[in-house]
Amino acid sequence: MSGKLSIEDIREKLAGRTGEQYWRSLDELADTEEFRSAMQNEFPTDAPVWEDPVSRRRFLHLMGASIALAGLSSCVKQPDEKILPYVKQPEYLIPGKPLTFASAFTMSGFATGVLVTSHMGRPTKIQGNPDHPASLGAADTFSMASILHLYDPDRSQVVRRNGEITTLDKFLAQLSGALDAQKALGGSGLRILTGTVTSPTLAWQIESLLKEYPKAKWHRYEPAGIANEREGSRLAFGEAAQAIYNFEKADVVFSLDADFIAEGPAHLKYAREFSERRRVRGAKANINRLYCAESFPTVTGSVADHRLPVRASRITDFANRLAAVLGVDGAPSSQLSDGEEAWITAVADDLKAHRGASVVIAGAYQPPSVHALVHGINEALGNVGTTVSFVRPAEFDPDPAGSSMTALIEDIAKGQVDLLVIAGGNPVYDAPAELQFADAIEKVGMSVSLNIYNDETANACGWHVPESHYLEAWGDARAFDGTASIVQPLIAPLYNTMSVYELLAEMTLRSGKKGYEIVREYWKDHSMKSAGAADGDFESFWNRSLNDGVVPGTASPAMAARFRGTEVIVAAWKAPDAWKSGSPVRISFPGSEVEVMFRADPTIGDGRFANNGWLQELPKPITKLTWDNAAFVSPSLADSIGVHDEEIVLIEVNGARCLIPALILPGHPPDSITLHLGYGRSHAGRVGNGAGVNIYPLRFSTTASWATASIVRTGQYSKLARTQDHHSMEGRPIVRSATVTEFETDPKFAREMSHVPTKAESLYPGHEYDGYKWGMSIDLNSCTGCNACVIACQSENNIPVAGKDQVLNGREMHWIRIDRYYSGDLDNPDIHSQPVACMHCENAPCEPVCPVSATSHDSEGLNVMVYNRCVGTRYCSNNCPYKVRRFNFLQYSDVEHPTVQMMQNPDVTVRNRGVMEKCTYCVQRISAARIDAKKEDRSIRDGDVVTACQSACPAQAIVFGDLNDPLSEVSKAKSQPRDYGLLAELNTSPRTSYLARLTNPNPALGGAEKGREG
Amino acid sequence: MAYDYRATEGDNVAPLIAPGHDYATITDKIAGNVLDRKTPKGVAITLAISFSLVMVLVVGASYLFYKGVGIWGINNPVGWGIAIVNLVWWIGIGHAGTLISAILLLLHQHWRNAINRFAEAMTLFAVCCAGLFPIFHLGRPWLAFWLAPYPNTMSMWPNFRSPLVWDVFAISTYLLVSFMFWFVGLIPDLASMRDRSKKRWQKVCYGILAMGWRGSARHWHRYEMAYLLLAGLATPLVVSVHSVVSFDFAVGILPGWHATIFPPYFVAGAVFSGFAMVITLMIPVRKLYHLEDFVTDRHLDFMAKVMLATGLIVLYGYAMELFFAFYSGSEYEAYMMMNRMTGPYGWTYVLLILCNGLIPQLLWSKKVRLNTIALFIISIVINVGMWLERFVIVVTSLHRDFLPSSWDMYTPTIWDWSIYAGTLGVFVWLMFVFIRVMPMISIFELKHLLPWKGRIIDTSADAN
Repeated sequence: MSGKLSIEDIREKLAGRTGEQYWRSLDELADTEEFRSAMQNEFPTDAPVWEDPVSRRRFLHLMGASIALAGLSSCVKQPDEKILPYVKQPEYLIPGKPLTFASAFTMSGFATGVLVTSHMGRPTKIQGNPDHPASLGAADTFSMASILHLYDPDRSQVVRRNGEITTLDKFLAQLSGALDAQKALGGSGLRILTGTVTSPTLAWQIESLLKEYPKAKWHRYEPAGIANEREGSRLAFGEAAQAIYNFEKADVVFSLDADFIAEGPAHLKYAREFSERRRVRGAKANINRLYCAESFPTVTGSVADHRLPVRASRITDFANRLAAVLGVDGAPSSQLSDGEEAWITAVADDLKAHRGASVVIAGAYQPPSVHALVHGINEALGNVGTTVSFVRPAEFDPDPAGSSMTALIEDIAKGQVDLLVIAGGNPVYDAPAELQFADAIEKVGMSVSLNIYNDETANACGWHVPESHYLEAWGDARAFDGTASIVQPLIAPLYNTMSVYELLAEMTLRSGKKGYEIVREYWKDHSMKSAGAADGDFESFWNRSLNDGVVPGTASPAMAARFRGTEVIVAAWKAPDAWKSGSPVRISFPGSEVEVMFRADPTIGDGRFANNGWLQELPKPITKLTWDNAAFVSPSLADSIGVHDEEIVLIEVNGARCLIPALILPGHPPDSITLHLGYGRSHAGRVGNGAGVNIYPLRFSTTASWATASIVRTGQYSKLARTQDHHSMEGRPIVRSATVTEFETDPKFAREMSHVPTKAESLYPGHEYDGYKWGMSIDLNSCTGCNACVIACQSENNIPVAGKDQVLNGREMHWIRIDRYYSGDLDNPDIHSQPVACMHCENAPCEPVCPVSATSHDSEGLNVMVYNRCVGTRYCSNNCPYKVRRFNFLQYSDVEHPTVQMMQNPDVTVRNRGVMEKCTYCVQRISAARIDAKKEDRSIRDGDVVTACQSACPAQAIVFGDLNDPLSEVSKAKSQPRDYGLLAELNTSPRTSYLARLTNPNPALGGAEKGREG
Repeated sequence: MAYDYRATEGDNVAPLIAPGHDYATITDKIAGNVLDRKTPKGVAITLAISFSLVMVLVVGASYLFYKGVGIWGINNPVGWGIAIVNLVWWIGIGHAGTLISAILLLLHQHWRNAINRFAEAMTLFAVCCAGLFPIFHLGRPWLAFWLAPYPNTMSMWPNFRSPLVWDVFAISTYLLVSFMFWFVGLIPDLASMRDRSKKRWQKVCYGILAMGWRGSARHWHRYEMAYLLLAGLATPLVVSVHSVVSFDFAVGILPGWHATIFPPYFVAGAVFSGFAMVITLMIPVRKLYHLEDFVTDRHLDFMAKVMLATGLIVLYGYAMELFFAFYSGSEYEAYMMMNRMTGPYGWTYVLLILCNGLIPQLLWSKKVRLNTIALFIISIVINVGMWLERFVIVVTSLHRDFLPSSWDMYTPTIWDWSIYAGTLGVFVWLMFVFIRVMPMISIFELKHLLPWKGRIIDTSADAN
């Protein structure tokens, strides 16, 4: 906002504001250096208020607004919308008592139901909605971390025209003019670009718009969506279908590069069902078996019983061979090596032995032909109708072929586009490289970007309109199975923002209709009946939908999808189509030719989460990398090209080059390199800018999944911040595992791996626990290492983000971490994940050494940390054998930005520098349950206390409860023969114990004698 | 006296005091160094350099208090870095002074008279430096007083089970006793200084510090009694202070820390490094002030022998650590030892064995012991070695403990080093201020060492 402001400018910017806000805005606009210093001199303590976009005062206004207590804060304009529970039941708003609302988070268009906790009008925590089919109570890292975007100080807050601040009214006037011009042309110059749309309301709005402007076109683009899967279903069935797998009924699963546990719109459901089949109670194990041929070590691969690293382009061969062995008619022929042939034959035999109780699933990056063939394979295996079913796709997708990004660019090049509205998405950053989207956009008469960030696209477009966060705006969206949810806001917009519904309403109706009315109107007029509610009963239908987080009866109808045969697939395979591996690449410099694989980043996705500090600092599964992407290479490839860890390599694809540090990753296919998309943002915000390397310039629409590339070492190095540098268990009994056969012969194998001293061996009497005795059990057989618990904990417990330089020095702050170890073969190791948080030892080594008793034992066995008392000697951390304590070496908590403070959980102390912290077993949740129980004059029931990590876990691997209650879930878990204490041989008596991992290898593949590990 | 070495000295043994001295020349020489001589150039330069290092400490500590301990290289798992290394090192250095003053006094090792004052001052200043680190290393140093047991509205006591609380007592007691011992020993000499001062302000300053000492028989009697009692008080401290410091580690459960051998091994190491520091400082100071007459090669020879003896104990400690690591049967202990020797910090262990184990063996040779330069170099090598020993114990034990997932490396930053360099500056600066304004050798005690033949006035020193 530097530079001179003329009165004219100020007038312009103030247009449309009223009352007190007007004057405050004047001050804000006069936010020049002089004014700011004058203000600071006048009110030194208030200085930060003026520097930050949302001040405490403004926040109080907003909060007042969201409680809808009109009249109490008469100085601000009240929004017209009402949030249901506050209106109907305001007496529930008890200060200090959080409320929970159902809403829905969308990722690439598909909804995951969430429950959002609100403290006095501030949403603070996102958890899964048990009633929602895509959540089942669990939540993934993206949905939980999305709350950070709401409060991100880097969010876009003003309308901009060519980068200059302007007003919404000016924008709307301009838009109206442009639409008038289009009206005359039938909309031939109007283009809308969105991501995948499942929202029924938005679809209806777009349809109306297209009716009004018949020549207008609507384009969709997702940089990492499910396009291949849809195209595959079209190939296989002649129409688009959504396959829904039921892993609970599947005894044998074969994943062809599908990371179904961690990716895709249904991954939480799949993770739940899969882990359900890994659950073992007692001494008999009846668990499923997972084969995985994958191009990158993923969470799914890490839990597979047999994992085979295969480069992405060769997955097709595996699918073809499998189809051939299973006798799918006309399966395309492919060659495999002898070892691979034996492997795939064993898989095929196992699948055949479990006809109707198996699943074959293809990955999102695999071409449609593989998807189509997999449909054929499932049909041949008799799985359709038992483990695989099909429904109509949830997304609104008319004319898929004509809606591509390429078609849009062609139109722009022809000069046919006068008005382009980009609603969400960041195509300037993530569009295929050859389209040169940034250049194209300049040829558009009026380009509009609606986004919550002032990102690359917003900067390239003539107009940028700040978008409301989904927790601020009404909306709706469908889950993978078509179930619709109302996206319910929890707070009035923090800034002067617009939702996509409101923008569409402006375009169709030319009126400032609010999102609430739009969404309600849609459901009232259009969809209520189809959703099965009686006429005139709209209010109860609406209330129930809001309350449940799902609109009843909206799941897509099942469809009978018949496999059309392999001819189409073979034809498609032969055609030089978009998804096929690229044409031979010109090698312009000496280097090794190799295949590169492009994938969305596991923690920041396709780049839309780049400014999310939680996700940036979240160690990526398996690789444990934070804050960066890297060129992942296998040890053997690294050997052959002589590249070292963190050495910068030059990768060239089709003439496009990038410099990126390499990282050697055991278990990576030997003949490929994996590059993660989403990094190297230039306009992400202060967190995401400059982190990692942008891979999109290497990614062309014809080679979106993989390409042939050359790679050259540079001899330069760049530091990569990994949270785990050592990968071997060093023969220590840390993650204990055995095969099913070994387990059944010796169910207590895990306990026998170390000598644990008994209580009787101690000279001193132990603690007495008369009341509750809290404990936790983590089932390593269910745990997939998906990271959900880490973000859940971070969100619940106000855990700060430390930054890359701090992670480089081992100072990440996560209270729960996922340890990952390799064992066995370097090229295809077994991968073991283990969540580790404070064990709440009964003989805690940290407790006696603290000189000021800042960490001590409570009567229920919690190892409590008294932040106020801590002087920061770090002795406790040194003496902790699990190294789960985290120290605030510097001031990590953000105490500068008021918006970030709004996000903090008020029930958990925000720690400042110099203080030790660690997992508390979510003591604030125990306290809340205790208060509730006391009010009802009862004791806390099993299940009343659910820790944050437990609530998020899609695999339900974490169980928490009272060990004094022999019937509690946790007591039952701990009585399992597989139960063991990590490092219990040190006589720490950890309260958190683990259930040893079991694998179910196929004897035909020589798995049975693999032997126990740990 | 049970053992009168003056009578047993052969002609081939270097004397404890050079021939030709009498009571007057001793007083003239030592007091004159302070009162009459201009500051030697070497002393002035050393003061200047050390004072600039003091400024480094001021900067390093200011930034530390402003930003937090995160400016250092410490991390998770290495929660303690060279701040704690320095703490242990400085405390160890202090031990020589107390040993020389108290234990050798009680053992009637009169040769100590020439070096005890100097060594006591060294103790005091070393403990001052050491005392800074426990405060510096705290996350919230402004709350350091919470470690002290004092009545407070929180009704909170410190945790008496924590060795860090024991440290508070051990170090503060040590500082107090060392100061009293040093100051009481100074009183008769301060009176001499007062009497010899020519300037008014000097007379007043020394006069106040001399506390009215007149040298009467009663004064001497009470002085001797007090000194002996303080020596008795200080003696257990020689053993206890470093034992307590060793508990910081031995009480922990970490492989490499959790060892019963630590207390004696630490005490021996402390004396070892303390004597090394006395030699390191004494050799140049002796030269600067031409004190070769009083601090003779014979003194150096004695000190070198003490170093050799304690060095052998330390070496035994290393051997036992090695033995128990494998004899224990604990895979964690065994891995710790292998990692210590061959891991990423293996070079520190190799250097440590070289500095503390092998090079000091040269002291078996009398030639080496009497070669001032060789001795000076060896003493510095031992100082380095003892610093490395603490580094090895603190850092290599922490950086790879039980769960390989949390293993990490520790690299000290410039701020780590600034604090260390700063305390070296404080130490040297205080030492040189001390030798500039105080008699660095005990005048009256040195007179006891005058050989029979050189005596002019036949007052029996033994009567004292």
